[in-house]
Amino acid sequence: MGKVNNNVPLEYSTEENNLKIFGFWTFLGAEIMLFGTLFASYFVLSGRTGDGPTAAEIFEIGPVLAETFILLTSSFTIGLAIHAMRLGSKKATLSFMGVTLLLGAAFISVEIYEFVHYVHVGAGITTSAFTSALLTTLGTHGLHVTFGLFWGIFIMIQIAKRGLNSVTAGKTFVFSLYWHFLDVVWIFIFSFIYLKGMM
Amino acid sequence: MSEFFAQFAVPHPSTLIYIAMASIVLGSIALVAIVTYFKLWGYLWREWITTVDHKKIGIMYLITALVMLFRGGVDAVMMRLQLAVPENGFLDAQHYNEVFTTHGVVMILFMAMPFITFFFNFLVPLQIGARDVAFPRLNNLAFWLFFMGMGLFNISFIVGGSPDAGWTSYFPLADNEFSTSVGTNYYMLALQIAGLGTLMTGINFITTIFKMRAPGMTLFKMPMFTWSALIANLIIVFAFPVLTVALAMGTMDRLWDTKFFAIGDGGMDMLWANLFWVWGHPEVYILILPAFGIFSEVISTFARRNLYGYTSMVWSLIVISVFSFAVWTHHFFTMGQGAFTNSIFSITTMAIAIPTGVKIFNWLFTLYKGKIVITTPMLYAMHFIPLFTLGGVTGVMLAMSAADYQYHNTMFLVAHFHNVIIPGVVYAMLAGLTFYWPKMFGFMLNERLGKATVWVMSFGFVLSFIPMYITGLDGQARRMYTYSEASGFSTLNMVSFVGAGIMSISFLMLVWNIWYSFKNSPRDIGSDPWDARGLEWATHTPIPHYNFAITPDVTDSTSEAFWDAKKNGTKLFKGEIQDIHMPNNSGQTFILSIFFFIGGFALVFSMFTLAIISLIGILACMGYRSLEDDHGYHIHKEEVELIEKKYDKEGGAK
Ligand code: HEM
Ligand SMILES: [Cu+2]
Repeated sequence: MGKVNNNVPLEYSTEENNLKIFGFWTFLGAEIMLFGTLFASYFVLSGRTGDGPTAAEIFEIGPVLAETFILLTSSFTIGLAIHAMRLGSKKATLSFMGVTLLLGAAFISVEIYEFVHYVHVGAGITTSAFTSALLTTLGTHGLHVTFGLFWGIFIMIQIAKRGLNSVTAGKTFVFSLYWHFLDVVWIFIFSFIYLKGMM
Repeated sequence: MSEFFAQFAVPHPSTLIYIAMASIVLGSIALVAIVTYFKLWGYLWREWITTVDHKKIGIMYLITALVMLFRGGVDAVMMRLQLAVPENGFLDAQHYNEVFTTHGVVMILFMAMPFITFFFNFLVPLQIGARDVAFPRLNNLAFWLFFMGMGLFNISFIVGGSPDAGWTSYFPLADNEFSTSVGTNYYMLALQIAGLGTLMTGINFITTIFKMRAPGMTLFKMPMFTWSALIANLIIVFAFPVLTVALAMGTMDRLWDTKFFAIGDGGMDMLWANLFWVWGHPEVYILILPAFGIFSEVISTFARRNLYGYTSMVWSLIVISVFSFAVWTHHFFTMGQGAFTNSIFSITTMAIAIPTGVKIFNWLFTLYKGKIVITTPMLYAMHFIPLFTLGGVTGVMLAMSAADYQYHNTMFLVAHFHNVIIPGVVYAMLAGLTFYWPKMFGFMLNERLGKATVWVMSFGFVLSFIPMYITGLDGQARRMYTYSEASGFSTLNMVSFVGAGIMSISFLMLVWNIWYSFKNSPRDIGSDPWDARGLEWATHTPIPHYNFAITPDVTDSTSEAFWDAKKNGTKLFKGEIQDIHMPNNSGQTFILSIFFFIGGFALVFSMFTLAIISLIGILACMGYRSLEDDHGYHIHKEEVELIEKKYDKEGGAK
């Protein structure tokens, strides 16, 4: 595990954690390319609706605002979790992480409702190039959030069992980076897919 | 029931495929028998399959690459044989389609990629004076994912049928309507799984190089190969996600009838072409830049001087990597994008010739100012420079978009890219293989045989590919399984076939050389048989699993730390031997990769229940890993000292 440095936050205190955090930032670079490619494809295909409905015909502002609000709040609560972690409070860290994951689950629920709605109004994934691109882009983000839910639960189990040490702190911090990243992606989805599509 | 089994049958069987099938089955049985007979399973599992040692993982990549070189080579010879005479009936049209598709995929993704990854693994930690890569276990996982992708691709031609839409898999050709077998499913899923491994490699090596350099090694003191590895891995991290998305969309179009690249319902086949080449062009630089790195090491070692223009070498790498993302549409100038777009991409493409030219001149100046020693690796480098330059010149010809309408999709193009990729990538890999062979295995390859191999290879290469330039300009199309007598292409195609045969002989000579040297070469070669320059030569042969007993300190050295130590007496190893922390082996990554293999196979055949089961398996492995607490182990100081003493007794530099 290498040397421990006490002058920096716990998550940066070991050599190993430094590597992991750096590696994770690199991974996020790859994720930016992944979502960038999805966005680019979506823009290319967004007007290509074939005989299917257009964006303006199927988007509903209500659920989208709800999703946005829920996810942005969760970005705030995961920030609070990291703050609590730096203060060394295991209980507060766990609580804020729990709230974050609950919000994540709420987000997924609304998204499932939204998908059912799309299929209901005749915009399934096979309807047109536009719907394929739309549902794939949203779905990729949604799968990321879902994966984050499982990941977060596993980290909470470890904090509960082993407390806050350099290992669990490192994992929590990396998780928070992931979570913030998903919020940033959502902001792009909200602005460039929904708002643009509803105009 | 019979329907279920029917889907696994080869859709276009031929005697050749049955022979291949039989030999694969017999070969596998023989292999299992041998391993069982010599009771090697435990050894394989403990020492190789579960290893986290970057050197061993590197060697596993190397073996994969060499095996695939022969698989792709057999495809190549089959193609040349088919084209050797007009109206040949050796392969039918469908089989030819499958052969050029698998040849292309195997050579680029399952031969060249693992070959460079072998060098990343074997060399980078040694060159930067590190004990291992940043994430040893991820490294093992990356290998196995890559391997499973490779395996999945390679079973395609005996289970269900090979992909047949070209290695570029252009839509709508690659859609269900025109590619009716499961072959293209294999393509999509195998590349996806292998690509995941490659992405992990990228992240791992970027982190390793940025974070684990020896004390004193600033970025501009890194050895040239490490620089090229850093840049190539950065390209990997930015390019591979594009392929991931394209492959996912292609898979969905084929399996679930989404409409991304479909004809009708708004689908857009050109989106595939764009996404493919946004990844595909940088991909060729992922291959060629490490090759340049190897040549730089070889040339400076055997010109007996430091590389001319180190800083400009680095900057040209960086410039090339940036440009490589801005040229992709030169692959489809004729596919309807208008004069303005074509002009832009024409110019960006030609601009790449400038930094590449800088590198060529630097190598030439290094040679000019040096005292050249001709060894086998150096001979590869000397053949590389003129041949590669020729390939570069024809590349600029192709980059002239208006002229490209004449020779687009002809043999001229095939000649061009083989002209850069064989002298560029393949020669570099073989040069590097010969150069680092003693470091890996403790004996040298035979020099006379080695040099003869280079000459035979170049002779075969010229004979095989120069005729294609001519027939290409005369209009012989690529990817055509036959041509008429009246076309007048027959003589040149026969020459080309003879050339391919001679090249095959050179590869057999390489195999013979390995066997011959294994039997006959002396084993007391010390740790620095070439009188080389980089830190990778500063440790013992064979390399102890901790690489360096004491982490080298290169504060007082240049980018050629070991050379400085030998010539100027700078001290590399300061301080005392201490306990060394090492990571534990792990079998989980292998099991995880097997789930990926099963999942991929299940999706190829749309067996969704099995796919879901393997997904659960994957998630379970990840969950298990997450909860596991693995701190590695320590090699104690006394033990290290003992090992070091043993080496000192046996001699060899340190
Ligand atoms: C060893 C000697 C080789 C020979 C004789 C050879 C021969 C050929 C031929 C004849 C074709 C054209 C097929 C056609 O268009 O009908 C071809 C295509 C191709 N080759 Fe090779 N090849 C060799 C080595 C390599 C190597 C080392 C690589 C890459 C590292 C490579 C990559 C490719 C690719 C990407 C294609 C395009 C496949 C396609 O059209 O879809 N080849 N090769
Ligand atoms: Cu290109």
